Amino acid sequence: MNNSIRISCSKKNLKTIREFVTQYLSQYELSDIVLNQIVLAVDEISANLIIHANQEDASKFMELAIERLNGQLLFEISDNGISFQHSNYKEPDIEEHIRIGKKGGVGIAIVNRIMDKVEFTSRNGRNICRLYKTVF
Amino acid sequence: MKITHEIKDNTITISLDGELDASSSVLLDEELSNPSIMKYSKILVDCAKLNYISSAGLGVFISHLQRFEDSQIKLIFYNMQEKVKNVFEILGLDLLMTIVSTYDEAMTVANE
Repeated sequence: MNNSIRISCSKKNLKTIREFVTQYLSQYELSDIVLNQIVLAVDEISANLIIHANQEDASKFMELAIERLNGQLLFEISDNGISFQHSNYKEPDIEEHIRIGKKGGVGIAIVNRIMDKVEFTSRNGRNICRLYKTVF
Repeated sequence: MKITHEIKDNTITISLDGELDASSSVLLDEELSNPSIMKYSKILVDCAKLNYISSAGLGVFISHLQRFEDSQIKLIFYNMQEKVKNVFEILGLDLLMTIVSTYDEAMTVANE
């Protein structure tokens, strides 16, 4: 089964990413909720890469590769854009977001809550985000 | 994403059909940003055909909620699929927003 995909950095391609993840995961018997959570986590990281790291520049590309490692699934999402500064990350206060009417900034919190492990690395201009999820 | 609405007296029912992601949530934001929405006292959101929501979609509701509350406008979600409700629950939004099962329940809460 094809386990990787490369898309240009346009928000319209998020649907392609979601369909790819859904298709890949169809070989496993996951509940609707778990399947949706995994698709969501990959979508959130991809949206951040497309919008923030690559400014929706459709001439740039990002890649997703999915692997099964023993009892875990590994989602590796990579690009050459501006790297995510994990050290600057702060968990959002949702009630504060509501008070001030803030629109963004909750995507990574969702990913952290869904996935078992989230790693960001950057080397020689290449950024890799690895998401680990135990499902077996 | 297809958004339709139905108006009855002081209630506007917005039906969401499709997937609400970083790309399509702009449409919903335009809908909720329209000043004419402030003339209703109840906004019901029919989620029966909402198959997916990401943080961008949640963000639209998060960003308008306080403004509606300040104007005594009730925002009520109903007919939400379990997997979509689960996304609200991941952030604890199910405790901060009004999500009920059916249209009848939504109307009951709206008229309280």
